[in-house]
Amino acid sequence: MWRYLIRRLIELVPTLLGVSIAVFLFIHAIPGDPARLLAGQDATLADVEAMRARLGLNHSLPVQYLYFVRNALRGDFGLSYRQQVPVLEVIREHFLPTLLLSVSAIVLAFVFGVLSGVMAATRRNSWLDLVVTGVSATGISIPSFFLGILLMYLFAVNLHWFPVTGSTSVRGLVLPAVSLALAPLATIARFVRSSFLEVVGEDFVRTASAKGLSDRTVTFKHALRNALIPVVTMTGLQFGFLLGGAVVIETVFNYTGLGWLLIQSIGFRDYPVLQVLLLLFALEFMLVNLLVDLTYGALDPRIRYG
Amino acid sequence: MAEAASSTAATPRAAGARGPRDLWRRFRRHRSGVVGLALTTVFALMALLGPVIRPYDPAQADYLNVSAGISAAHWLGTDNYGRDILSRTLVGARYSLSIGVLATAFSALLGSLWGLLTGYLGGWFDTLSGRIIDILLAFPGLLLAIGIIAIAGPGFKNVILATTIFGIPIFARLVRGSALALKERTYIEASQALAARPGRIMFRHVLPNILAPILVYVTLRIGTVILIAASLSFLGLGVQPPTPEWGAMLSEAQLYLAIDPLMAIAPGVAISLAVLGFNLLGDGLRDVLDPRIR
Repeated sequence: MWRYLIRRLIELVPTLLGVSIAVFLFIHAIPGDPARLLAGQDATLADVEAMRARLGLNHSLPVQYLYFVRNALRGDFGLSYRQQVPVLEVIREHFLPTLLLSVSAIVLAFVFGVLSGVMAATRRNSWLDLVVTGVSATGISIPSFFLGILLMYLFAVNLHWFPVTGSTSVRGLVLPAVSLALAPLATIARFVRSSFLEVVGEDFVRTASAKGLSDRTVTFKHALRNALIPVVTMTGLQFGFLLGGAVVIETVFNYTGLGWLLIQSIGFRDYPVLQVLLLLFALEFMLVNLLVDLTYGALDPRIRYG
Repeated sequence: MAEAASSTAATPRAAGARGPRDLWRRFRRHRSGVVGLALTTVFALMALLGPVIRPYDPAQADYLNVSAGISAAHWLGTDNYGRDILSRTLVGARYSLSIGVLATAFSALLGSLWGLLTGYLGGWFDTLSGRIIDILLAFPGLLLAIGIIAIAGPGFKNVILATTIFGIPIFARLVRGSALALKERTYIEASQALAARPGRIMFRHVLPNILAPILVYVTLRIGTVILIAASLSFLGLGVQPPTPEWGAMLSEAQLYLAIDPLMAIAPGVAISLAVLGFNLLGDGLRDVLDPRIR
């Protein structure tokens, strides 16, 4: 298990290097000269050159990349253009709200997705099944930001149950989390339903029923456990996409997390912050995918890592 | 998904043997697939005829009629400038659908070509391109598209560029997997033994056999691209207001939510139904073309 984990972590390195090169080149592909930008409007030519030397932009591209990696390993990602404080400090401020939002959304999606999927599958072709299938087909088609706006109109503007925007309190978390959760919830419900129906047809489930176990035991201990294995992968993938989706939802609710910061940084052309955010999102996504593979083994004793 | 898709390739020529009439007969019985086809047809007509059938000029402001509710003159009311919401929504279909169709077509074309090449040629080229695909897919959701827009700037053409690049690795991976599986099959070996050129083998023998999963993917992708493009416009990174693009309309609408909720509901419902249509159509096609693709 440990050897497998270490091998997988080592395998991440080339991709991570590639991502870092892509993100490094990204800042160089942006039109405009960062030295001129940072030196200010009424800087002399000498000022601009001094700033260029300070930023290390006078070296060749490969050398600059090596500096970038060396500094990154020390946790030094430069200064935010906008706030003139270290990038990591800016990011640290916005990290917790995003973590809270995405974790609560995926928990909502998983719990209600599995529940409604199982309910639909055990009562196949009933009205409940129809509702779940219908809602999940619609759920993956509604843009999260439209759902967010609808919920905001109903529960914040009209009923005043929740703050409209700009709150990172627990009450402020509810509407963004629900908006963000619907699409993965729908996907998970659909997936659980079909995965469950597949497992129910298998011999070991029939055996369990035949030896007189109660319906509940058969459903939850035998069928669900086996149906859940692919669902875990699915949930992990959904969590990855959710990290991207958070960008839009945070903007809708003016929820000051990393996604909100990302859009702000584009608006203010704060490229150092943007660079690190892209790197961070990619790293998170890669780690989530690795975690998914590991959980897979924990749930299915047939899978052994060596 | 690539593994699942490659099982399609296990029965070469099977899709061809069924014939289009037989496929249509089976598609007709697929209830949600037919709903999807109906929805997508309606939106295609909207995109084609929208500018003709719209009751008002979508850019025409009417300051005496600002944020008016539903009436006989304005079926969906008017927005904060007094512009007719129905007309704007009708005309908006043209932007979302053309982005969805064009970007998906480009990425399917380029991605399939890439996947075919790397799957068939193998070797170091395959290893390198696998790494590049990994890197492109390492950015979750619309992050890659946002990064590209940050470099290229907002606007209609750049949204197509960003969503195209966003889709390329997905098609490349799908087609590569299928091509790899096909490569080992006897009839491919036979044509190799007959000294057919690699190009001929790829396009005459490999490609026709993976068209079915590509078609299914294309349909499902159009829905995704419409969603991504609308999200970009909503964030102010795509098509810009006052253009009546649905995502852009929604971002304007959010400011007037308390006084004019119809401004948000019309474009929001339009996006949802368009995406739903392509998703249902794609699911239906998948079930009919090959029930084994999941």
